[in-house]
Amino acid sequence: MINSRFFNRSELIGFVSLLLLLVVILPLALDIFRLNLVAKYLTYSFVAIGLVLCWGYGGILSLGQGVFFGLGGYCMAMFLKLEASSVANTKIQSTPGIPDFMDWNQLTALPFFWKPFQSFPFALAAIILVPAIFSFIIGAAMFKRRVGGVYFAIITQAIAAIMTILIVGQQGYTGGINGITDLRTLHGWDIRTDHAKYILYFVEVFFLFAAIVVAQFIRLTKLGRILVAMREQEDRVRFSGYSVANFKIFAFCAAAVFAAVGGALFTLEVGFMSPSFVGIVPSIEMVIYTAVGGRLSIFGAVYGSLLVNFAKTSLSETFPQLWLFGLGALFIAVVLAFPNGLAGIWGDYVQPRIDRLLASRTKKSGNGGLVANGAPAE
Amino acid sequence: MFGDYSIGDLGAIFAMQGFAGLILFSVYVLMALGLAIIFGQMGVINMAHGEFMILGAYVTWMTSNAFQSFLPALFPGYFFVAMALAFIASGSLGMLVEWAMISRLYKRPLDTLLATWGLSLILQQAYRSVFGAREVGVELPEWMMGSWQATDAIQIPINGMFVMCLTILITIVVAYVLFLSRWGRQVRAVVQNRVMAGAVGINTEKVDRYTFGLGCGIAGVAGSAFTMIGSTGPTAGQLYIVDTFLVVVFGGAASLIGTIASAFTISQAQSTMEFFMSGSMAKVLTLLAIVAILMLRPQGLFALKVRK
Repeated sequence: MINSRFFNRSELIGFVSLLLLLVVILPLALDIFRLNLVAKYLTYSFVAIGLVLCWGYGGILSLGQGVFFGLGGYCMAMFLKLEASSVANTKIQSTPGIPDFMDWNQLTALPFFWKPFQSFPFALAAIILVPAIFSFIIGAAMFKRRVGGVYFAIITQAIAAIMTILIVGQQGYTGGINGITDLRTLHGWDIRTDHAKYILYFVEVFFLFAAIVVAQFIRLTKLGRILVAMREQEDRVRFSGYSVANFKIFAFCAAAVFAAVGGALFTLEVGFMSPSFVGIVPSIEMVIYTAVGGRLSIFGAVYGSLLVNFAKTSLSETFPQLWLFGLGALFIAVVLAFPNGLAGIWGDYVQPRIDRLLASRTKKSGNGGLVANGAPAE
Repeated sequence: MFGDYSIGDLGAIFAMQGFAGLILFSVYVLMALGLAIIFGQMGVINMAHGEFMILGAYVTWMTSNAFQSFLPALFPGYFFVAMALAFIASGSLGMLVEWAMISRLYKRPLDTLLATWGLSLILQQAYRSVFGAREVGVELPEWMMGSWQATDAIQIPINGMFVMCLTILITIVVAYVLFLSRWGRQVRAVVQNRVMAGAVGINTEKVDRYTFGLGCGIAGVAGSAFTMIGSTGPTAGQLYIVDTFLVVVFGGAASLIGTIASAFTISQAQSTMEFFMSGSMAKVLTLLAIVAILMLRPQGLFALKVRK
């Protein structure tokens, strides 16, 4: 069943309520510090939406989304850092005009791969292109040789490990374990003020809804159908004449680009980027946001990343000991009991009741009842 | 990069780095053996494998403390008791986990990965709460300390040699159990065709449980051996888990010989390179090489041809 409308009724309700929550309720209810935290959580939503496409619909579990999040974030951070380390700002260094951590590591000239990041258009293009090309290489190498499932997960995890070790090890070029810090302005506009944070929040929400629309579009096209078919019966799709590998590569690249956009926005919101958002642990946590929200639900992914991060912040503020127990238990519970996450609970328990309530009120309209969520059976 | 060393020095460096590599090899093999059984035979991705290993290490540490305070006369031999206890502790925890969690997830291998990751977080925090965040080290009995002077330039630590002998012994036992014993034949039958194995009267659920328990038990022994060469902290297991998975995948998931060969290659490559460049670059290059080879040869070094 291909929907004639872009969103069906329940998805439209989901879209509008998320819009209300993010654009009206949260900015009015929270002070700027908390709102900035929400903005930080929302950057993970981009990753989670990408994972819905790649993992939920395509069946490709990537444990290396942190790599793409980091690539996007670092591309942005490199531009901002170069702007922050102008000759005037860094005249106390032995080599003025290069980022401070390079000076500490006895570098005397800007490395060649940093130079193009002085241009803002190049940095913006790099945020999309670097992760896209990188994920294309990984995807092409693996999917063309029909490596999938568990093996793909383990190899992407190894890539996340390699990336972290590389960034931490090459301190002079990457800022090492501290990452790239002390970012100040974007084209002369101070990103650290409260006013700037408000504007950045709304910019991010705009991008988030753009991402939701793009993901929904991909899901509804024939491409999305083929992804689901591939997840369920890969061989049949192959025998029907489709190139399974190309579709998988597309899904993986799309997820990587979503993650990279999230990473770039993260750098802008939080003001630094470090390898602690690249490695194995953050990458798996990103999968958890998706799993908690519901691996088949784009809106669920947003709620999942908001809720898990909110729980993480409040629990680790008050009971730091309990947080890991809670996170671990959440993992196990979601996997064992609720494979479709919050969206599954909503669709199975809450939605039918609301529908019944609505149907009993307006008996004359015939088209109430259950609205198919597009969620295929396990 | 060789310019500053004479031929004799280089020989000694290679011998000692080679031996350091052999110790790393032992740790890899011990961890990978358990994983190869669980992942290779059952297809379950146990991300908590490192934590089962650390459980063994903590059991060893507790046993050594107990011997020191209550049975100082028997202290030189405590390690063998500790090893048995570590096997039992990790093995029974493994069987419990299989019963409570894994047995519900056999049809969803990617989900076992997430669930066991959750388990590993819980175990890590449990270790931190019980034993403290600080790393603990066991006291070695006297006969294990010191080193053997092979030539003027080459020194080989005795605890390292002991761990290596232990590795060889455990490998032989595992190979015997899997390939020659009746139970091992049942395990392999279940792996090759679960339905058929059930039809001829093998209790597949029981086989699964004991297989998982055995894999975890070996991880416990690995942790026990690990205390001989390093200290133990709550998150020490996580440091090795990715490497170990690569060892198993690189060797060919279902092949025991493949696992050993790949553990040898990876550990030797890493420890030899470590001498000539920074440790992190050595690790990056090793991992990159493995990933590249796996992209060219996804089935690993020694692939078992099975019908899927």
